[in-house]
Amino acid sequence: MADFTSEFWNWFIIIPVVAGFIFCLFLIIWMSGGTPTGAKAKPTGHVWDEDLQELNNPLPGWWVNLFYITIAFGAIYLVLYPGLGSYEGLLGWTSQGRYEKEIKAADKKFGPIYKAYAQVNLRTLVHDAKAMKTGQRLFTNYCTICHGSDAGGAPGFPSLTDSSWLYGGEPEQIKQSIMNGRSGVMPAWEPALGAKGVHEVGEYVISLSGRKVHISAAEAGEKRFMAMCAACHGKDGKGNIAIGAPDLTDNTWLYGGSQKTINESIAKGRGGKMPAHKDFLGADKVHLLAAYIYSLSQ
Amino acid sequence: MADKETYNYTVVRQFAIMTIVWGVVGMLVGVVIASQMAWPALNFDTPWLTFGRLRPLHTNAVIFAFGGSALFATSYYIVQRTCHARLFAGRLAAFTFWGWQLVILSAAITLPLGITTSKEYAELEWPIDILITLVWVSYAIVFFGTIVKRKTPHIYVANWFFGAFILVVALLHVVNSAAIPVSLFKSYSVYSGAQDAMVQWWYGHNAVGFFLTAGFLGMMYYFVPKQANRPVYSYRLSVVHFWALIFTYIWAGPHHLHYTALPDWTQSLGMVFSLILLAPSWGGMINGIMTLSGAWQKLRTDPILRFLIVSVSFYGMSTFEGPMMAIKTVNALSHYTDWTIGHVHSGALGWVAMISMGAMYYLIPRLFDRKIYSVQLIEIHFWLATLGIVLYVASMWVSGVMQGLMWRAVNADGTLTYSFVESVQALHPFYIVRFLGGTFFLVGMLVMAYNIWRTVEGAKPAIAAIPAPAH
Repeated sequence: MADFTSEFWNWFIIIPVVAGFIFCLFLIIWMSGGTPTGAKAKPTGHVWDEDLQELNNPLPGWWVNLFYITIAFGAIYLVLYPGLGSYEGLLGWTSQGRYEKEIKAADKKFGPIYKAYAQVNLRTLVHDAKAMKTGQRLFTNYCTICHGSDAGGAPGFPSLTDSSWLYGGEPEQIKQSIMNGRSGVMPAWEPALGAKGVHEVGEYVISLSGRKVHISAAEAGEKRFMAMCAACHGKDGKGNIAIGAPDLTDNTWLYGGSQKTINESIAKGRGGKMPAHKDFLGADKVHLLAAYIYSLSQ
Repeated sequence: MADKETYNYTVVRQFAIMTIVWGVVGMLVGVVIASQMAWPALNFDTPWLTFGRLRPLHTNAVIFAFGGSALFATSYYIVQRTCHARLFAGRLAAFTFWGWQLVILSAAITLPLGITTSKEYAELEWPIDILITLVWVSYAIVFFGTIVKRKTPHIYVANWFFGAFILVVALLHVVNSAAIPVSLFKSYSVYSGAQDAMVQWWYGHNAVGFFLTAGFLGMMYYFVPKQANRPVYSYRLSVVHFWALIFTYIWAGPHHLHYTALPDWTQSLGMVFSLILLAPSWGGMINGIMTLSGAWQKLRTDPILRFLIVSVSFYGMSTFEGPMMAIKTVNALSHYTDWTIGHVHSGALGWVAMISMGAMYYLIPRLFDRKIYSVQLIEIHFWLATLGIVLYVASMWVSGVMQGLMWRAVNADGTLTYSFVESVQALHPFYIVRFLGGTFFLVGMLVMAYNIWRTVEGAKPAIAAIPAPAH
């Protein structure tokens, strides 16, 4: 009954379906009489547009049989499977049930492989070539869409091959990122800083990785930085992995390192989202994936 | 009044010529987007040249502009000739022509601009939808008005199919396009979630069933017996397959939504009725092909008849393939792959376009009282079109099945053998073959346009007196 708000809709489906089957059978039987196969068919006697006529050949036998077979198949199918309104079918089949059955079968078949890997310490697992091959396949299917097939990242999606880690590069920290996801928030500072302030802070931030800047603007920016930014990024600008505040001194830029992009990040803020994979992949697969990703930067 | 004793060929002529024009345009856009699939850079980073905007332009142009004009032209011609009556409400008929062209023009402007309802095959925004409704109601009045004033006691079978097509398309359009406007160019569907998907594919599949099948069967039932000069094979077969077809088609939509959030019972019914649809569809094919029995030798010499008969053969193939693909187990492999694209084009190019071309080769010389400029060019067109279809359909079958198999291939450790992008990479050669197939088909259409141009150039419109009915 789940799909119907009342018994009425149930019958609203069943009656036309059954009537339709009967209607098709009636059509075949009604039109099956008359000239036997093989005899010369006569025209119906109607003429249109000067010379358009119709013969009245009997229905081809093989075609009638084909029609009967499909009708019989349909009738049997609707007895066995759900179809007639809220009638559930003799087999008790549901798509949800089938999905669960397939997942269960797959877990039973493949689960032990991942369970075994999950017992191995992450740092040890990295040296298991077979495990890393499987890890790579997992990575190719679940991670490349954001992080790229070479794991090199894309604007907004961190590279996993370098030594710069927003939330820490220890294997346990990587596993934590995959298991529960991460949510990075950089607030928009333009309302507080004003356009000039954004520019000055931008100059200072750029200076942190040793690039050339206007000294006076950077100096003004430094004061603002200490007041507004240091709480997350640290007084030395080296970031904070506890909240995913990036290190601003290593010349690795999540959203791009041009002055324009940096100013945009400061002015408009940024929001980064790594989804949680715990429920989706299960802890065992995440464990293997963490080892593989750890291996990329080793 | 002398006017009363002739057929109204004016509106038939207009629609017939526009069939050729829109055929060229629609197929050209098809070839452009096929090339973009093979070489994505060909969208030149220009928003209105991107695949997402040109694809609906292609589908609308070939289905509603090319196919629609062919249906208007042939139905107006056939209903008059088989009723021995001049078209009812001539001004309204003229409105359907100009109104329909305005619909097409609006589509050609709004779709590249990105103005869309995002409902497949029903992308046009609400003001255009209203115009379509007005044109369609006028079409129904003209068509059924002519049926009412017929001089023959019986309604010819082609008109049953045209009548069903006109009525059901009206119903489909009004129900599926129901929307709440928020501005001149933006509206939101009144349906949401699984219901929206169900209504959309109830519409979508019956656009195939009634627009692209019933209507074109009407065409077949006139032009095949006329060109072959043979009586229709079996009256009673047409009765059974007509009623079974129109009853069954209406249910088939859910096969587009197998293994989705649609309830299980809906999916089952969609599959069951899609399978039952096989015999009623083949009834039409048998009636078309067997009409030729006793006159097979004509196929060797008459390229127009060849267009018509090959199209009916493609109809038979597509309507076998369709029910097979509607079986859930097969669908699990074929869904979301290029197999679907191949299937659609075996129907669209092989059946719909080929029968329209054959019909236009028959019709246009008669509308202008001229002989066709070159039979040889029809011959060349036929082979270009056939070759194009074979390349198109075969490449999409192979790439579709390959795609489906790659997606489901699993390693011993339970991981997928191929990443998605690897399956995309594997498609590239087939996309090039598909582009070539489409190009052949387009070149054939250009040959036709030239042939028709030379045929009607400087011709005076034909005036046909209405003969007394035979009985």
